[in-house]
Amino acid sequence: MQRPSSPGSHVGSLVLIAAVVAGGAAAFAYTGGFLIPGRLTPAKLVDALAPPTGPVLGHRRNHAKGICFLGSFTATGAGSALSRAQVLAKGTYPVIGRFNLGTPDPGTPDGDVRVRGLSLDIEPADGQPWRTAMIDVPFFPVSTPQAFYDLLVASGRKDDPDAMKVFAAAHPEIGAFGAWARSAPFTASYAEERYNSLNSFVFTDAAGADHVVRWSFLPAAQPEALSADALKARGPDYLEGEIAKRVAAGPQSWLLAITVAEPGDPTADPSKAWPEGRRTVEAGTLTVDRIVAEADGPCRDINYDPTVLPGGMRTSDDPFPAARSAAYAVSYNRRTAEAGDYPRDAVPGAKP
Amino acid sequence: MTAAHRFTPLQRVLHWSMALAIVAMLFIGVGMVSTIRPDYLTLVSIHKPLGLAILVLALVRLAVRLRVGTPGLPRDLPRPMKLAAQLSHYALYAAMIAMPLIGWGMVSAAAYPVQVLGVTLPAILPQNDGLHTLLWNAHRAIAFLFFALILVHIAAGLFHALVRRDGVFEAMSPVPTGGGVAEPAE
Repeated sequence: MQRPSSPGSHVGSLVLIAAVVAGGAAAFAYTGGFLIPGRLTPAKLVDALAPPTGPVLGHRRNHAKGICFLGSFTATGAGSALSRAQVLAKGTYPVIGRFNLGTPDPGTPDGDVRVRGLSLDIEPADGQPWRTAMIDVPFFPVSTPQAFYDLLVASGRKDDPDAMKVFAAAHPEIGAFGAWARSAPFTASYAEERYNSLNSFVFTDAAGADHVVRWSFLPAAQPEALSADALKARGPDYLEGEIAKRVAAGPQSWLLAITVAEPGDPTADPSKAWPEGRRTVEAGTLTVDRIVAEADGPCRDINYDPTVLPGGMRTSDDPFPAARSAAYAVSYNRRTAEAGDYPRDAVPGAKP
Repeated sequence: MTAAHRFTPLQRVLHWSMALAIVAMLFIGVGMVSTIRPDYLTLVSIHKPLGLAILVLALVRLAVRLRVGTPGLPRDLPRPMKLAAQLSHYALYAAMIAMPLIGWGMVSAAAYPVQVLGVTLPAILPQNDGLHTLLWNAHRAIAFLFFALILVHIAAGLFHALVRRDGVFEAMSPVPTGGGVAEPAE
């Protein structure tokens, strides 16, 4: 046994050990972003979605107002030319979906919400679900997740009237969304909306060839255009009652149209629509059979994370699905931890 | 207690490959939950299969340890250090086995499909808000404790190698070293 005689000779070793431990801890803290206040974390993005009065506990942190439905997706098989996923192979697959409004507060009156959404969880028998969450806007307001966060921060700055002007100057793409929000009519029903993926994804066919695509669900119902005031006059929770009545009277359907990008199309930027005339594949029909209140409905427990994709579909160079996945997970973690604040026997339409 | 001075080559290979995997795993975990960049999805797609690999390796390692044993600790190691060594190894094994299972359970309890390298694994729990919250909090808390324990483990290993020079580090060192002289333990 070699024991150094004087304790002083250990100082170098002890300093080295302390340095290794401190370095390890610092590297860990750096990786976790604890030393980088500027890093846009999923938690920060979700915090920024909260209304001025704070988040509504137990609910999704955005698109918080919604209603569940059950239905099915019948694939024609035409989509197999783009993706080998079973969900696009000829057949009928069960769907758990959700109609929703783009607001962080489930108590917001319908007429105050400009953006409507449709979320789907299509579950083929092979255990590889396809989840997608779409909105009725024809393009996303901004080009990048960082810009979306900056938009939330700027629009929350009620103390600074210039905040939005400064934002719009730095992100001119927001202008198209503003024009749409001011001019596009509302419709009288969730059933009358066209819902768009906006984000691009890569589909891989059975031969291994990749196709960059976006998709839309086109309503069979004829849209009835409404002004904001006419919608408000119908009541704060008109849409949920309307869709429940409409579906009780008969199933509602949408056509899935998958659009294929051509080289040079802006696949990474959902604020830019692709030019007209792109190849479009009509891949199947969504049928909504039954409406169920959200509080104890089948969609409540589902995180409509758009990166939950079957084999044959994957994310593209569009940065949004990753950001959405990270943020949706935080929203899910928070709302499930607060489940007691949103009782499963809550009365639909009642203020939470 | 075995009379061997060193862990078997199989045990050393398991130790060092798992050391690399677990440290990478903890960095990937703490890094992925801190970003909304596309790296998030890349890191998640590594986190799941790596976790599964660590679970399998940990079970193999536990079986090997129960079968071939370990070199004893030096006879003159103070009792508190001996106790700390024993307890910390129980904790390390518990974390290696529990963390992947908690992660798997947490993903199951959130009704996410459990997809690893394109293969769908069965859910090991039904969707449940309370279970998901419990497991998520546990996964996060144990990750930090696990990393702290690994730092203590590294510090102790270096203490044995550089200060006590009692052969404990050499018992697990990846290559034979001339620095320490292993002394028969018992």
